[in-house]
Amino acid sequence: MTSLLVIIVLVLLAVALWQLTKIFDLTQVGVKANNTGVADDNDNKVQGYLMFGFLAFIYIFTIYGLLKWGGLVLHTPASAHGGEVDALMNITWILIFTVQTITQGLLYYFAFKYRGKKDQKALYFADNNKLEFIWSVIPAIVLAGLILYGLYAWTNIMFIDKDEEVIEVELYAQQFKWTARYSGEDNVLGKANVRYIQGVNSLGVDASDPNAQDDKVVTELHLPKGKKIHFKMRSQDVLHSAYMPHFRAQMNCVPGMVTEFAFTPIYTTAEMRDMPFMQEKVANINNIRAKKSIELVAKGEAALDPYTFDYLLLCNKICGASHYNMQMKIVVDTPEEYKKWLKDKPTFAEELKAEKAAPAADAATKGTDSVKASQPMTMAQVVKK
Amino acid sequence: MSAEALDHAHDHAHDHDHEHHHKDTFITKYIFSIDHKMIAKQYLITGIIMGVIGVAISILFRLQLAWPEESFQVFKIFLGDSYAPNGVLLNDRYLALVTIHGTIMVFFVLTAALSGTFSNLLIPLQIGARDMASGFLNMVSYWLFFLSSVIMVSSLFVESGPASAGWTIYPPLSALPQAIGGSGTGMTLWLVSMAIFIAGSLLGSLNYIVTVVNLRTKGMSMTRLPLTIWAFFITAIIGVISFPVLLSAALLLIMDRSFGTSFFLSDIYIAGEVLHYQGGSPVLFEHLFWFLGHPEVYIILLPALGITSEVIATNSRKPIFGYRAMIMSIIAIAFLSTIVWGHHMFMSGMNPFLGSVFTFTTLLIAIPSAVKAFNYITTLWKGNLQLNPAMLFSIGLVSTFITGGLTGIILGDSTLDINVHDTYFVVAHFHLVMGISALYGMFAGIYHWYPKMFKRMLNKNLGYIHFWVTAVCAYGVFFPMHFIGLAGLPRRYYTNTNFPLFDDLQNVNVIITAFAIVGGAFQLVFLYNFFVSIFYGKKTVQNPWKSNTLEWTAPIEHMHGNWPGEIPHVYRWPYDYSKPGHDDDFVPQNVPMKEGEEQLHH
Repeated sequence: MTSLLVIIVLVLLAVALWQLTKIFDLTQVGVKANNTGVADDNDNKVQGYLMFGFLAFIYIFTIYGLLKWGGLVLHTPASAHGGEVDALMNITWILIFTVQTITQGLLYYFAFKYRGKKDQKALYFADNNKLEFIWSVIPAIVLAGLILYGLYAWTNIMFIDKDEEVIEVELYAQQFKWTARYSGEDNVLGKANVRYIQGVNSLGVDASDPNAQDDKVVTELHLPKGKKIHFKMRSQDVLHSAYMPHFRAQMNCVPGMVTEFAFTPIYTTAEMRDMPFMQEKVANINNIRAKKSIELVAKGEAALDPYTFDYLLLCNKICGASHYNMQMKIVVDTPEEYKKWLKDKPTFAEELKAEKAAPAADAATKGTDSVKASQPMTMAQVVKK
Repeated sequence: MSAEALDHAHDHAHDHDHEHHHKDTFITKYIFSIDHKMIAKQYLITGIIMGVIGVAISILFRLQLAWPEESFQVFKIFLGDSYAPNGVLLNDRYLALVTIHGTIMVFFVLTAALSGTFSNLLIPLQIGARDMASGFLNMVSYWLFFLSSVIMVSSLFVESGPASAGWTIYPPLSALPQAIGGSGTGMTLWLVSMAIFIAGSLLGSLNYIVTVVNLRTKGMSMTRLPLTIWAFFITAIIGVISFPVLLSAALLLIMDRSFGTSFFLSDIYIAGEVLHYQGGSPVLFEHLFWFLGHPEVYIILLPALGITSEVIATNSRKPIFGYRAMIMSIIAIAFLSTIVWGHHMFMSGMNPFLGSVFTFTTLLIAIPSAVKAFNYITTLWKGNLQLNPAMLFSIGLVSTFITGGLTGIILGDSTLDINVHDTYFVVAHFHLVMGISALYGMFAGIYHWYPKMFKRMLNKNLGYIHFWVTAVCAYGVFFPMHFIGLAGLPRRYYTNTNFPLFDDLQNVNVIITAFAIVGGAFQLVFLYNFFVSIFYGKKTVQNPWKSNTLEWTAPIEHMHGNWPGEIPHVYRWPYDYSKPGHDDDFVPQNVPMKEGEEQLHH
């Protein structure tokens, strides 16, 4: 309903504007005989002032945006390398705002200042090597600085030191869910290929690989604070992208290959929730949800749950109809909590054994599974037809 | 060489005169015309129709983004039950709309319509040629474009949906109908349409190159060419270099889809079964796609910049500042554009070392771009600005080119790209720097050369309204998008309220949609002005903007061969505006140098 109202208001606004301009047009009739379609002095004057006004609009809109929406932007990074990324980002922003303010200022100010007048003559000024040299060299130097900083940071982030002590975790993507596999005691992930997918082995882990026996497959990602996590990404069907915005981390998951990204989480979920900026953000979101809930309840629908902050792993590469809803919760624990959590999870070998031990029960457990599994099956049949 | 060209042109002139007298039926004049001016108009009108479809689609999906999963009457009317049962847009059809919007705007409006219209109209007229080198190929080029447009639009009506894998059509999503419905017949039509489109585009580009190289009139040396022609010429060259690569990518994708090859596919388990594909790589497709895709950005932008150069110089009554630097920038941008494609793939899983290389080349491209922006601003300085609608759009282009270009420094830097890759930040960036900028360039061109095309003037007051509302709305739409992108909101999400993380971004989305609707609605002012003025506009004079270039020396009335008598000779560069020692503030290119007149530019 609100949407309809907004649209109606917008349409009316547009109509009103149109009418206003029509009136404006009518008032011009007779004032001047210029209907050649070429701007005259009066047009130049009006448009020149509007140019200046537009400069004001850009500046004000920028400031308004920064004040109103600046708080929405991702805040304190939750990973060790995030600080470096954000520092480079901030330097770049300072540069961008400076250049933007100056160049837009000059552009629109000149458009205003040198608006055409009948007896005005333009300066014949075709070339100046010195000026052009200056504005080729300055960007070159500034960009060289940015490139060097950027490349230094990039190398630090992307090249994973083989000797470093890391925890290997596999992120497994499929339409439309994430699964994680921990490498277990040996810290080596077992080999895997989609051709091994069968029953409980939904990630296609090679059961004959000794390294695979202690792997642990989970649907919620837990990470220990302060330890470097080496993610290895796989996808079973289409391209996905593992995007962890709070950690300044992203990497595509590509069927047929293993991609990598590594970072060290530095704040536990609890610590992040306690940060003042986060509390403010969550309070704001809960406010919005509360308001929405009132509307929903009035319509006879269920109210929204209140929100508590959690890190999320999102899919950031178009992957199909439910792309927008492909996410997994990430929990950053203290190392002790993490160990405790992981200990309780069954290993791959145990899961396989359980599957074999209960072939009768299998049908029953599969019953829940088959809801998911059978749907794609029928889809495949439809396609084959 | 010029003399040779001249002879050649003369031969042409005679040929055309004959044709002109003997057969000029409705069909040869308006439909299968081989006259470049008519073909330009055909491109323009087809492009406008495609543009209307593309923009309308964007407003439809903006409604969904602002008020997710609500029922809209407009959806029922325009999309029907297969897209929006009960007026609620389906999630896969949302992706279909996004995909077709991108495809239409990038290829059909900003590549074909922009380049096709103005290259065709201006190349022969501004270099002093009777027509294109091959009028027939030119006609074929247009009709291939038309055919591909029809196929692309018809794919909207396919039962399983049009292509829905994003305009970048990355496999495996685009290859497997099991992955998304649109990858069935819809995708096939998309690929067929694009293959035809590329063929048309190549014929056009080759024609432009040959024409510019061979058919310049006497005295029209390369360094006396208007910057428009330089831009079209270089654009055609990068088109010829990069479009075939997309064609090969499309062909290989067709093979994978229909003939079971594995160029781009490997190790796939979908819909409960393992597919046979083995050994291909989607990353290969990304390389091939972006080898075109990035130059494509400049194929779109350079003609707009060329138009702007011409319009700004004419309306400033001043020479374009740094003519040679502008040419060098165009060439540098064109060269660099072919070696930066990897910046679209920092997160694709390619070797990070490649990321370093592409960061380096990408940020280099900022230098010629900066030179261009500064040169435009300096051209305005101490000018006598005639603020015609075309001029406003040109100034607007410089503005959005700077605003959008600056955020490229962030996206081109692999480190910073990690967190903004594929978010709304990217959407904001490229819409401003190539979408809006190129549209402004196109509008500038239409307002400026409308009298040349249709012999009548556009209504300038409607033009002013069109510009100001568009300018405000363009910033209104894309400026807030930077913030939601920096908040981490991924693009191509059907809704961002499905989980609470992005709930606080929803009201920004409403604002964006409001601006989009108003901005879109005011394009109707332009459409009205455009179509009504064709018939009822004020009759134009021969050189309404007091411009120097050769097209304004041709008579208003169109004729095959452009000039009734001899082709004008050229004695000077095209930017002698307000030159000291002349009575008028413009000196057309065909005016001989006065005795002792100094050539003041380098």
